[in-house]
Amino acid sequence: MRGRNKSNRGCAAFGAGLASLGPAAAWAEMRVNLPEGVTPISHEVYDLHMLILAICAAIGVLLFAVMFYSIYAHRRSKGAVAVQFHEHALVEVLWTVVPFVILVAMAVPATKSMIALHDTGEADVTVKVTGYQWKWQYEYLEDGIKFVSNLKTPSEQIYDGAAKGENYLLEVDNPLVLPVNKKVRFLITAADVLHAWWVPEFGWKQDATPGFVNEGWARIEKPGTYRGQCTELCGRGHGFMPIVVEARSEAEYAEWVEERKQERAAAEAASAETFTMEQLMEEGAKVYNASCAACHQAKGEGVPGAFPAIAGSATAKGPVGAHMNIVLNGRPNTAMMPFGGQLDDLHIAAVVTYERNAFGNGVGDRVQPADVKAARGR
Amino acid sequence: MTHATMTHAAHDEHPTWLRRWVFTTNHKDIGTLYLVFAALMFVFAGSQAMAFRLELFAPGIQFIDPLAFNQFVTIHGLVMVFGAVMPAFAGLANWLIPMMIGAPDMALPRINNWGFWILPFAASLLLLSIVVPGTPEAGWTMYPPLSIVGSSGKVQLGGDLLIFAVHLLGMSSILGAINIIVTILNMRAPGMSLMKLPMFCWAWLITAFLLIAAMPVLAGGVTMLLTDRHFGTSFFDAAGGGDPVLFQHIFWFFGHPEVYIIILPAFGIISHIVPAFSRKPLFGYASMIYALVGIAFLSFIVWAHHMYTTGMPLAGNLFFMYATMLIAVPTGVKIFNWVSTMWKGSLSFEAPMLCALAFIMIFTVGGFTGMMLAMAPADYQYHDTYFVVSHFHYTMGISAIYAIVGAIYFWLPKWSGRLYDERLARIQFWISIVAVNVTFFPQFFLGLAGMPRRIPDYALQFADFNMLSSLGAWVFGSAQLLFLYIVLKTVFAGRRTAEARVWDGATGLEWTLPSPAPYHSFATPPVVH
Repeated sequence: MRGRNKSNRGCAAFGAGLASLGPAAAWAEMRVNLPEGVTPISHEVYDLHMLILAICAAIGVLLFAVMFYSIYAHRRSKGAVAVQFHEHALVEVLWTVVPFVILVAMAVPATKSMIALHDTGEADVTVKVTGYQWKWQYEYLEDGIKFVSNLKTPSEQIYDGAAKGENYLLEVDNPLVLPVNKKVRFLITAADVLHAWWVPEFGWKQDATPGFVNEGWARIEKPGTYRGQCTELCGRGHGFMPIVVEARSEAEYAEWVEERKQERAAAEAASAETFTMEQLMEEGAKVYNASCAACHQAKGEGVPGAFPAIAGSATAKGPVGAHMNIVLNGRPNTAMMPFGGQLDDLHIAAVVTYERNAFGNGVGDRVQPADVKAARGR
Repeated sequence: MTHATMTHAAHDEHPTWLRRWVFTTNHKDIGTLYLVFAALMFVFAGSQAMAFRLELFAPGIQFIDPLAFNQFVTIHGLVMVFGAVMPAFAGLANWLIPMMIGAPDMALPRINNWGFWILPFAASLLLLSIVVPGTPEAGWTMYPPLSIVGSSGKVQLGGDLLIFAVHLLGMSSILGAINIIVTILNMRAPGMSLMKLPMFCWAWLITAFLLIAAMPVLAGGVTMLLTDRHFGTSFFDAAGGGDPVLFQHIFWFFGHPEVYIIILPAFGIISHIVPAFSRKPLFGYASMIYALVGIAFLSFIVWAHHMYTTGMPLAGNLFFMYATMLIAVPTGVKIFNWVSTMWKGSLSFEAPMLCALAFIMIFTVGGFTGMMLAMAPADYQYHDTYFVVSHFHYTMGISAIYAIVGAIYFWLPKWSGRLYDERLARIQFWISIVAVNVTFFPQFFLGLAGMPRRIPDYALQFADFNMLSSLGAWVFGSAQLLFLYIVLKTVFAGRRTAEARVWDGATGLEWTLPSPAPYHSFATPPVVH
């Protein structure tokens, strides 16, 4: 029950929060500005940001200097007597024309960067990014690699006040791996509601709209791990669908692509094998936590009024065929999406087995990859 | 009682409490109703903000489920915009416009009554949507598909109640706007040409036209949502040949003028308070009007700057970027004019003037960050982060509050014939101005550092600023209760004043009326020279 101990946890969070205000060193590490980024676009955007910030700051200093001088020097308590002027053609024209000229000057670099942002042609690698409630799917169009990237932060850290890891809420099970110094083109779309794909170090975000494909591009300049988040409100799990990009050297990237291809071949072979209950339950727990727990919750209790419980559910305890069908094809007019396209046969078999036997459901039957393969055909 | 009130009281019917307030056609009573309504809604939506700032105080989910968090944010935005700020300005318009133009009342008193009494029904629908299944969760912008299917994937009642509430709110605003236009254009005192019209009336005249142009667009947009939800249309569903982004175009074609609907009356108020406490006429009266008209015109051709990252073509992004940047010119003119009004004045700093100065500074911060957001490429970073949250609270949230609070301090003595507690008002001002900046300034840093908006939980690097922001929010929220106390104390127990010109620097017809102002403001029109 998540309801219990709320006030205790609240107090603890309060205390922990106050403690973390602590030493000034912590403040020094805190980021207060846009990142300079690791792509040519992000540098341009950063420079534009700093330029417009400087212009605004300069105008602000001038304006407020005049205002505060007036507040100081022209106050009645000092005996100031009001001078009754109320217009001045020259200054009025000046402060209309001068800002206009500044704006035109600002428009030039802004236009240049805007054109560069839209220049998605001649890419070396193309990745299709699909937003789901609440995870990202990545598909490498040239290499046929496809996987789903889920939040890896355990729910105890989110809901139960467990100590939070370094990359709390910004960690995923399968990061998007990309090569450095290659032009990567992103084709961004969504399967259900709006999402937005944003890695601040790349310098842009792009909305993911169901039924439409948007574009973005990045030429990553140095290897590293870059983290971002969904930035368009997409429902209950909006805060819990991070993006992690691992940028690797070209050689390492090629190696990774090769490994993924072999993995896929292995997975296809596995669908012919038979697994024990222990194997299925172990694998199923992993799949469940990655793909199902965001809605149905870690202990299968669901969210009343929004997401049904798995624990004790008629589906999980009913006929296996119907259960598998819902996992594969989703349930129309509900948030239950089809997982057939996201998970392979083994994973579907494992998670269905897990749901039927975990959370006190104890049905006792097993589902094998071959059963899933057969069910897909139907 | 003064002679004028006596005369009017003689032929006034004095109905009982209920009949007076429900059937009233008097601009002052209706103005009071609007203001009381706005205050109630402000407390309600504000307490929601207090609640979600509690959840955001520290990382982790402690108090509010993520779904409920989104619902809180949604209702907070809708109620603040439609329930608190807009009715507050409508209340000020009702109180002030007849008094400023030398009229006895508004031109269309029954429409005035109707315009107000739609609001409680609209608010009831909106509040009812919280307790039925499917509480709105898609943000005040109501973007589909989320506003159609929600997190649960089902079309539920809550969203429908919201749609009908928006319809009613729009009707109320349009009725109010018609009344204001008719009143200002027809009921000015002899000699008051349009170029002698007080700035608050000018601002509201333009606002009223914006309302009439913008509100039906929103009504159309949400009606399309309704038919998508229930009648099988696919305006916003790509699977049926529609386009989810179409709703965003419709919403922001309303939404951007809406921003100016909220802020133009505030501009008008500041243009009264600053000259009064500078003891100088407003600098650049004519250019102030041209600037208002310019801003109003531009507000209709900049809507898609809220949508730079939706995948618009390059030419679209560039057009909306250039048009948006242009807004800086008329807005700058207004700010420069206010500062010039102060220049070589004889300044004093009573509570209304403190609020006006706070407005100028806060709005300028909002304006500068608006310039930054206008830069489309930079917006690819800022968009949908806390940078935007802070920006729009500075431009149309806090600045609107300071204009309203300043207006109430400024005109309340005239309305009630009683003086507010200046010392308490200044204490309230200083607590609130520090707290509000502690609340919102750190949010600029949060946004730049990469924190998206509308998330119930966040990465650890955002923890310190969020805590600071929450602390500021609670102090700011509490300070507003102190403000409401000051108002009530003034109205029921304030020291009486009989002086017509309560502030020595105040000019305008309303200050020629006795305090408190008579029930029917001007029975015989004054002559303006």
